[in-house]
Amino acid sequence: MSIHGLVTQINAGQTTARALVEDALKKAKDAEEYHALLSLTEERALARADEIDARIKAGESVGILAGVPFVVKDNFLAFGAPTTAASKMLENFNAPVQATVVEKLEQAGAICIGKSNLDAFAHGGSTENSAFGVTHNAIDKTKVAGGSSGGSAVVTALDIVPFALGSDTGGSIRQPASFNGVFGMKPTYGMSSRYGVVAMASSTDVMGCFAKSADDIALIESVMAGQDTKDMTTLPDYFAPLAEIPAGLKIGLVKEAMTDDVDPEVRKATEQYAEKLRAAGHTVDEVSLPSVKHSLAIYYIVVPAEVSSNLARYDGVRFGHRAEGVQTLGELYGRSRDEGFVTENKRRIMIGSYVLSSGFFDAYYQQAQKARTVLINEFNDLFSQYDLLLMPTAPTPAFGIGENTEDPVKMYLSDVMTVPMSLAGLPAISAPAGVSEAGLPIGVQLVGPMKADALVIAAAGQMEQQND
Amino acid sequence: MTAIFPGVFLVQYIPMSTITTNDVRHLAQLSNLQLSDDEITSLQTDLANILDYIDQLNEIDTSGVEPTYQVTGLENVWRDDTVDMSTVTRENLLALTSEQADNSIKVPQVLA
Repeated sequence: MSIHGLVTQINAGQTTARALVEDALKKAKDAEEYHALLSLTEERALARADEIDARIKAGESVGILAGVPFVVKDNFLAFGAPTTAASKMLENFNAPVQATVVEKLEQAGAICIGKSNLDAFAHGGSTENSAFGVTHNAIDKTKVAGGSSGGSAVVTALDIVPFALGSDTGGSIRQPASFNGVFGMKPTYGMSSRYGVVAMASSTDVMGCFAKSADDIALIESVMAGQDTKDMTTLPDYFAPLAEIPAGLKIGLVKEAMTDDVDPEVRKATEQYAEKLRAAGHTVDEVSLPSVKHSLAIYYIVVPAEVSSNLARYDGVRFGHRAEGVQTLGELYGRSRDEGFVTENKRRIMIGSYVLSSGFFDAYYQQAQKARTVLINEFNDLFSQYDLLLMPTAPTPAFGIGENTEDPVKMYLSDVMTVPMSLAGLPAISAPAGVSEAGLPIGVQLVGPMKADALVIAAAGQMEQQND
Repeated sequence: MTAIFPGVFLVQYIPMSTITTNDVRHLAQLSNLQLSDDEITSLQTDLANILDYIDQLNEIDTSGVEPTYQVTGLENVWRDDTVDMSTVTRENLLALTSEQADNSIKVPQVLA
């Protein structure tokens, strides 16, 4: 059932917030083997459900998400359980405030029931970098969930909750959405507030959601979106779901994302999706975005640089893990950070320190930011002729647990299709596009120019209707 | 994932960066990370591989191109200079620390 349908039932007295929350909590407990959740916020969720039920009974209008349970990725500050970022560093961190987007969802009546697993500090593409154990793919437990928002993708795919929140810095919503066969939306940079979410790379971090349909995505994004005085990079309000999709869209299929390096089944699914778009009256032409092949290198300079800066705050003093038995302040910093971070955090911090250090700054960091301009110019050229772009979300379906953990560069390659939009700040949705012969989900991305969030969601929704 | 995507995504995947253990120690110091010897050895390999991969950026012609540090083009965003009383109290913040004394956070000696 759609989220709107659930809310209608609650408001009509056909079900209650408490029944929905209890059901979600039970499903979450029954699905423990997937290790998708790090904590349940049971006590707070049930109290909120009872409060909402009482208000509905009293005839109050609670909000457009009245009584709908959801899950947050555990890097969103949210009450009811610690916000760990799946790290030892924040294992016992109880947030004194909530993220703006969590507040907005609660004001609309939604109820957070738990917090999902991720790669520690959102560094990774498989949720294997969590300090608290790996999350299993919803369709095949021997495969990864994808990442870094792996837990949120899995709880959505397993129907534990109708929607879940994720953050996307280089593909962390879209890639796990494709690996688990659900919709995942990365909005335009600045559409929603980043306030109260553990910062990774401030110039590409965006907050978005997972759901089972494009309509649900549009509804949740409409609640999350909007300017926030606590995040000076948010854009003036603009998001409004489209009631109807324009006819005859011009869509570009990015050829650099369809080379022999990409799994043949993924290419086939993408071509079939293009055929469906054509059948709906749109045109799909092959287009070229040459900088796609360099995007990952740009990303792995810009993002570690920002990571090294954002993670400097974790020093064991004001909050977070504090090393014991140290003699000096320097030792407290160094030991707390060594003990609190996982290896991937340390790699990224050190790469960041390297590319920002004197002597290398121009060759790496400046060169990467210039190459980022080249990439953005290529996108702008394409969007002067096309309404949307189409490409696979990931080069392969979900890979095996442990398959890529030995070589960080190999792991990074699973982000190769998603980082270009992050670097350019563009809206992109990952939509289900069938399954491989082995039964693993495949996803495609629809990408729009800045602020075309509603159009990419509507296009994905139209293709979904064609499936039915 | 069977192959490591030779070709377009992996330009020049040949470990050739020379990162010494001393470089790793220096980076760890810059990063405020007190690493064990085992970690230094394994990070030396990882960092060399990552740096080899990102070296492909030298192939891109960026002459005359301005860098992009942020994508939306927003400039100074102003707010009124008024006091907004936070809901977070001193006690809330002190409760996040492991060691306190006299309503302050306690730290080890600063100078060795």
